[in-house]
Amino acid sequence: MQFELTEDQRSLRETTARYLSNTVPVDQLRKLREHPAGYEEEYWRQGAELGWTSLLVPEERGGGSLSGGGLGDATLLAHEFGRHAAPGPFVPCNIAAAALGAEDPVGHGQPLCDLLAGSAVISWCFSEASPQGHRPEGLSLDVSVDGAEVVLDGVKRPVESAAQAGHLLVSGRTGGGLTQVLVPTDAPGVTLEPMQSVDLTRRFWVVRLANVRLPLDAVVGELGGAGAQVEHQLRLALVLLAAESVGAMERAFDMTVEWAFDRYSFGRPLASYQELKHRFADMKTWLEAGHAVTDSAAAAVDAGATDAAELVSVAAAFVGEYGGEMLQDCVQIHGGIGLTYEHDLHLLLRRVTLNRAILGTPSLHRRRIAELLVEQEER
Amino acid sequence: MRNGPEDVTSFSNRARAWATADLPEADPSLYEGAFRTNLTEEQESAEIERERQLQRMFYEAGFAGVCVPREYGGLGLTPDHQRALNGALAGYEFPARIQVPTFSPCLAILLEFGTEEQKRTHVPAILRGEELWMQLLSEPGGGSDVAGALTSAVRDGDQWMLNGSKIWTTGAWWSDWSLCLARTNWDVPKHRGLTVFILPLHQPGIEIHRIEMLNGSREFCQEFLTDVIVPDSDRIGEVDKGWTVGVRWMFHERLLYESPLVTFASSVSTTFASASYSALARAAGRLDDPSAQELVGEARMLDVVAGRLQQRIGRGIGAKVLSDQAAAIPRLFKGTTSARTRTIAFELAGTTGGSWTAADGVLAERGLDYLMRQTGCIGGGTTEMARNVISERILGMPRERSLDREVPFRDVPRGPSSSPTGRLGG
Repeated sequence: MQFELTEDQRSLRETTARYLSNTVPVDQLRKLREHPAGYEEEYWRQGAELGWTSLLVPEERGGGSLSGGGLGDATLLAHEFGRHAAPGPFVPCNIAAAALGAEDPVGHGQPLCDLLAGSAVISWCFSEASPQGHRPEGLSLDVSVDGAEVVLDGVKRPVESAAQAGHLLVSGRTGGGLTQVLVPTDAPGVTLEPMQSVDLTRRFWVVRLANVRLPLDAVVGELGGAGAQVEHQLRLALVLLAAESVGAMERAFDMTVEWAFDRYSFGRPLASYQELKHRFADMKTWLEAGHAVTDSAAAAVDAGATDAAELVSVAAAFVGEYGGEMLQDCVQIHGGIGLTYEHDLHLLLRRVTLNRAILGTPSLHRRRIAELLVEQEER
Repeated sequence: MRNGPEDVTSFSNRARAWATADLPEADPSLYEGAFRTNLTEEQESAEIERERQLQRMFYEAGFAGVCVPREYGGLGLTPDHQRALNGALAGYEFPARIQVPTFSPCLAILLEFGTEEQKRTHVPAILRGEELWMQLLSEPGGGSDVAGALTSAVRDGDQWMLNGSKIWTTGAWWSDWSLCLARTNWDVPKHRGLTVFILPLHQPGIEIHRIEMLNGSREFCQEFLTDVIVPDSDRIGEVDKGWTVGVRWMFHERLLYESPLVTFASSVSTTFASASYSALARAAGRLDDPSAQELVGEARMLDVVAGRLQQRIGRGIGAKVLSDQAAAIPRLFKGTTSARTRTIAFELAGTTGGSWTAADGVLAERGLDYLMRQTGCIGGGTTEMARNVISERILGMPRERSLDREVPFRDVPRGPSSSPTGRLGG
């Protein structure tokens, strides 16, 4: 998160922070463990009133950013979601909102309106199980046209909150290009299979689409011409996940620093041992670096900068790798208590772990960075 | 003609136009490799002479000392203007090697603590490339304990006599002037008996010895000061209050290339390491090897993050959201990162890392870089010191026990030898 926020940005962040502290404190998160959706509908609806779904949508379509940089603003919320390990389909709803809000010519007004109001959820069906299934060019779900209908065939996983979603925004392949289709979750041919997740409140499904037929106006944007839009959505999602992870890292770090001052061994606080002090220095450095690279990536995506693709993958690779290491070191410094369900640390560990894996691992992003570097040299 | 300072956009446009018209294009290999050994003394002298000329070109074109007040020959503009100039230099030659330590920390300290006369004498000369500066700070027995300086300065009327030894000065043999931290009072605790002086390097009483590093580089020097006379007018700050200067000195040192006084093309890696890891993978024929791709991606990731982190912390300090001590954060990150990226470069070089010929191009000498890998974790204050600063000064954790705080410096315990031989036994 940037050091200097505008008055509006500060208020956006603080309102959400307060709301999350009040409605989903840690005891509530533990109760949601058995909840089929992982969150209460009313919680989400009220959250939408705080701006949770509108920042990536242009003003004329019912949204609006505070600073002109919608993603920068949205990372402030993601940060608080991370700090609180908050429930709710924050990333998929924002991606769906961005996709519908960007549609030209304008369509799908009602679903977007419901999404903005928080009265309906739309989830983004992007990833597939293949090794390249986290990249737009690796998508294989087939989208074809048959007369006046668009036909979808393929499998998407993991899809967040699919069972709560009234619609699914499905990104698939039409020949050499990509197409996005807004699919009602209850359309014939759509089946959902629940998945397990490392997170306490985030729920995922396998979504199978078998000969799903919809009228052509279900297509969002251009048939076979959605490649750039899908790539943009992926960047938005990766930055939001990174910002959320940095929020979780920050909270875990704060907790562990406090622990180091409070916990005494051999008559002195843990914070007085140089071995631990030096590890805290490393963690503080990774935390600040995580903020720096995530904010840079958000600004680059907002500005449409030429280095946006690289910065996004750098943020994903760095925050994924160092966030994971940092949370594990927080566990180590806590000792056995850090591995218990009773302790709060795992709520944050879970979120960082989920985000590290969900849209390409650090290893895949490192290879993507190399690929971009080579492309850049060959131009 | 101008009312008020020029806006950044207009300055930036002017800088770009000037760079394109007047600056020579840089050979891409020019700024690669730190402390490489492949230059003869004559070649190196010629290179420094070239840097002085380039500095002079910047001065004459009105692009030297962007953040230096106008009364001392600078432009009196803002760090944003400096950043704009740095952005305009991509692909062009600029005086890269003389920026640090001349402009930061030396020029920064002169501006902060120098007398009016000192500033008027030295600052314009620095901006014109006539004076290159270096720092007489570390000592053979001192290492990270900078305030434990043993070099003594004894007052005799209007002048001081300095005796002692300083070490790890980069390029002292081609520099002109220096900042020097010396002990002026042995009867008070160590931080309260220090004073800072400025002195010309080439004078009787100063013997400069070039240290050969393990890779053959002879860039670092050790100086022996014997009865060196410094007039009191060349004292910086108050007598025995040198640590006040020293704290700021090390702050500016940690800022390195992020200092608003330093001109450095933003396209060039400030570690002087090759930013082109993909070129290494290509030369090694491993562009399609996933493990090589991972290494290339990791190295690039670390470089990009290091740059963004430096910007963030620099802005935080500038806006007073962070304390000056936060400069230790990017310092630590750059140190560990440079060690890792050199290992990656060595790894990508494969067997060529251990043995090469001149025909191996970018793969050559990666083994030597690897031998010198820890440079970035030691020079300019070790990463361990940075970790102490971060944990103690930023996170507020208890300070390490020390036996030198409340006792007169002369009573502080010292080891049996201040300069171990470093020879293998047996």
